[in-house]
Amino acid sequence: MTSDMATKTPVTPRRSVVETGKRALWRGVRRWESALVVVLIGALIFGSSERPNFLSPMNFFYTGLNMGEIAIMALPLTLIIMTGEIDLSVASMLGLSGTVMGVLFSNGWPIWLAMAAALVVGALGGTLNGVLVAKVGLPSIAVTIGTLTLFRGIAVILLAPRTITGFPLSLTKIGVVPIQGTQLAYSTAIFLVMAVVAGVVLHATPLGRALVAIGLQPEAAQFAGIRVNRIKIWLYVVSGVVCAFAGILLTLKNSSVSYDAGTGLELNVVAIVLFGGVSIFGGRGTVIGVVLAVAIVGALQQALTQMNVQPEVQNIVIGVLLLISVVIPNSGEAIRRIRDRARRHASTPSPRNSPNA
Amino acid sequence: MSVITAPAPAPTDRPVSRLESLLRARELGIALAIIVVFGLTTLNNHAFAHAASIQQLLNGAALIALLGVGETLVIVTRNVDLSVGSVVGLSAYIIGDLFKHNHDMSVVLGFVIAIAVGAAIGAINGLVTTVARVPSLVVTLAMLYIVRGFDGVIVNGKTIDPDSIPTAFTAVGYRTLFGIPWLAIIVAVVVAAVGYAMRSFRSSRDLYAIGSNPDAAELAGIPAGRRVFTAFLISGALAGLAGALFLALHAQIDVSGGSGYELTVVAAVVVGGVAIFGGSGTVLGAALGAVLLNTINQALVASKVSSFWNGAIAGGLLLAAIAFDRWLSLRVARSLQSAEGAHRDL
Amino acid sequence: MHTVRTVRRKVTLALAVTLVCTVAACSSSSTTTTNPTAAATATTVKKGLTVYFIPKDTQNPYEVIADQGGQRALQELGGKVVISSGTADTAAAQIPSIQAAIQAHAAAIVIAGNDPSALCPSLNQAAQAGIKIVAFDSDIACASSPSHLFINQANTEKIGTSQIDLLAKEIGSKGEIAILSAAASATNQNAWIGYMKQQLKKYPNMKLVTTVYGNDDPATSLTVLQGLLSAYPNLRGIISPTTVGIATAAQYLSTHKSLLSHLTLTGLGLPSKMKSYVHDGTVKEFELWNPDNLGYLAGYAAAGLASGSASLQAGSKFDAGKLNSYTVLAPSGTTGPSVVLGPPLVFNASNVDKFKF
Repeated sequence: MTSDMATKTPVTPRRSVVETGKRALWRGVRRWESALVVVLIGALIFGSSERPNFLSPMNFFYTGLNMGEIAIMALPLTLIIMTGEIDLSVASMLGLSGTVMGVLFSNGWPIWLAMAAALVVGALGGTLNGVLVAKVGLPSIAVTIGTLTLFRGIAVILLAPRTITGFPLSLTKIGVVPIQGTQLAYSTAIFLVMAVVAGVVLHATPLGRALVAIGLQPEAAQFAGIRVNRIKIWLYVVSGVVCAFAGILLTLKNSSVSYDAGTGLELNVVAIVLFGGVSIFGGRGTVIGVVLAVAIVGALQQALTQMNVQPEVQNIVIGVLLLISVVIPNSGEAIRRIRDRARRHASTPSPRNSPNA
Repeated sequence: MSVITAPAPAPTDRPVSRLESLLRARELGIALAIIVVFGLTTLNNHAFAHAASIQQLLNGAALIALLGVGETLVIVTRNVDLSVGSVVGLSAYIIGDLFKHNHDMSVVLGFVIAIAVGAAIGAINGLVTTVARVPSLVVTLAMLYIVRGFDGVIVNGKTIDPDSIPTAFTAVGYRTLFGIPWLAIIVAVVVAAVGYAMRSFRSSRDLYAIGSNPDAAELAGIPAGRRVFTAFLISGALAGLAGALFLALHAQIDVSGGSGYELTVVAAVVVGGVAIFGGSGTVLGAALGAVLLNTINQALVASKVSSFWNGAIAGGLLLAAIAFDRWLSLRVARSLQSAEGAHRDL
Repeated sequence: MHTVRTVRRKVTLALAVTLVCTVAACSSSSTTTTNPTAAATATTVKKGLTVYFIPKDTQNPYEVIADQGGQRALQELGGKVVISSGTADTAAAQIPSIQAAIQAHAAAIVIAGNDPSALCPSLNQAAQAGIKIVAFDSDIACASSPSHLFINQANTEKIGTSQIDLLAKEIGSKGEIAILSAAASATNQNAWIGYMKQQLKKYPNMKLVTTVYGNDDPATSLTVLQGLLSAYPNLRGIISPTTVGIATAAQYLSTHKSLLSHLTLTGLGLPSKMKSYVHDGTVKEFELWNPDNLGYLAGYAAAGLASGSASLQAGSKFDAGKLNSYTVLAPSGTTGPSVVLGPPLVFNASNVDKFKF
């Protein structure tokens, strides 16, 4: 997380700032993404070893259906975390936008207008986050915990204790049938399209390079002319709109909405982004890693549920994966650091022993 | 714009500066806010000011305030501990189960075991954060899942019912001393002890240094790893204690005990003036923040406002508190700059 | 003489016959599944059935007991039960379990719905795959499909009205009362509260001042209870139709006995949790039913429907093992075909020790 009070990199830099060229980037992250591919294959083998029809198209459809909204929310969060910030209000915005759409629809608004209003709410919420973080300069973890509570609180006021149902059948079918001719759930397809867009933006546009620069060295980025504040505000607005969109999808998928829609999902989304190799400090990560993480977590959960493994054990698995995903890269660095320190001690006398100390 | 703040100087070095008086103002501000909310509600509903309801206010905030003490230590060092809720649930269930099968286990032993369970988790958090240099947000988030999952596996659908727990133990949950609930006294003692330590001992003041400027702290020779590890250890131990108190207060526990506490605690601590980026804040402020949030919750019900408004008000309050703290710290930074302008170019 | 043409004609004819037979078979089986209120066609339950029990979550103690009852039932019938759900009390956590049931070709699903309508799309899919749907504890409200049988623990109206009657008896039918409920979105809670409000009209001197929500969490229940007590110092009675709420309130009152001089507590509680409070005089009477029997009945109903020996036809009977035989009630209001376990059981000092749940 950034701070304008002090630099956050330790005395020995974690990564060389010079290596921001595309080739160096790929070299650095390629290792993690390759590991993820191996894990994904392992998960699929694991799943099909227990259930012969695990690799069936129907299962693919279900997995995509279940992960759809979480996956979609993970994309803007990836960009936000790349800049060294965080957004914990994603699931609450999902719930709030679904609630707004439901309440308006039940009051007679045409469904498309209700959906548009939900998206506007998402933009407003995102603007609030962005202004507080970027303009006022408040720490994003605290701000988004506040807006997490605020958005959910507004949803409760608007809707509790009712549930809204009766959404148009033509739209709610996205929860039951895949896209005609395929076994792709609608939300999966939307996610894949958005992932491609996010990937292109992050890895092949000046904006993407700017995001990486902001994450690695915020002050240098500012001095290099990157409009850090404006970019951050826009990232939060995009996050708000995308989460609102996910809320619309979830509501239509379930053909109903209640005030507690999506409660608790934010930690799942953060866990997936981090597991996908995005560094919590910012400046490092790929969209493909996040896509792989979505696939792995989805496949694992599907496999474990079908094997009737207790959901509590599934939580342990997610937690352990998350832990491993950060310990392994860091342990590489830790070993390097210990080696460096040993080398330094061997070659130079310690200052305490110096006669001039 | 980057400003390098010096670590807070030792208290004996210089007379009370504007820095300290501004910090003190923060706790006073919260105390004032509590009184205002209390007063407004009483005006509306006289029953709110009775001894019984003040006892309830203290009792209701006690557990969160206790968790807030540990969380403050961790946040001051620029870390966070999200696993506290799961630890409360786990330690409460473990001693609940022990009581169920050994009805004459001593109350003190129950507390000791609960604290030990919490300390063990805290130690894991601390080790992974300091040795493996993993960001605490990730570690404690992972531990939140793992501990809750582990709790679910050992609970396995059972519950601990009131008659499994010795009355000597649940007495801690409701007995009073001169009208003040034991629960509140225990928490107040912890707050006082830790607060005193934070102001007076060098090793605890190091926590502030680590939080304000990790690099400067390391260069100054502070063993940051050890300090941070201790902060997590204490946070875990206090969460274990909170688990024991949870069991004493509610006399029942199932798998969902403590769920969601982590965000409430962070909110209380931030409202209480602890900067989320570390380097400043006191445990007294955190405890007062917990009391303020609980007072508002109960004031809403007492004022016959639908409890549905709780969340929105809490969220708005949190945002206001963060913004206020930001304004305050900017003022502090500016005053430090002007007072120590000569040293800025070091 | 067999020319190529003759062979080709024979093959085409064979294929056509097969096709027609398949279509005929398909259409005939679909008529049986699309006519839900057709009479029972078999007389005994098939062996080897797999029934998926999907409780609200895997740890709710009340549901755990009910699931055990279901396991007992299927054991007696030579089948088996798979218990599958999530840890969060949300519909999203139950959908993967429904999918697992479809994948596993389960004979029936017995579900306690976390949300009255969000599960409908997935359950509809299950029904189309030939799985029989039974709801218990918390009903689902899916307008036209899927058709399902609701195993009601007791007559919904009676659950609501009898609690008011119990309280009225104890406080002399006079005074302010409040309700301490669970989650604001729980279908069963809201249904019972609705009937309570209706029944209150019979007691003009009793007034419901408010309903507070404890979310089945002891800490939240305690907070709202304390707020309630300070907001309404003249409160005479509290009804808590949730086992966690009533236990929390009882613990508080038993440690603040002075409140009992003017306050009475009743509601729905588990005898195992409440017996110490009955013995120390905190609570005089409360009610519930046997959750084990509820699950047992649901198990028999599910197996019967899957075998064709039970049907949704109003007035039809089916065998429920040790509970003898039950009659299906006609749909009424928003509830579809249902079966009622029995009247609520009132617990007091004379019988509270006799039960294991």
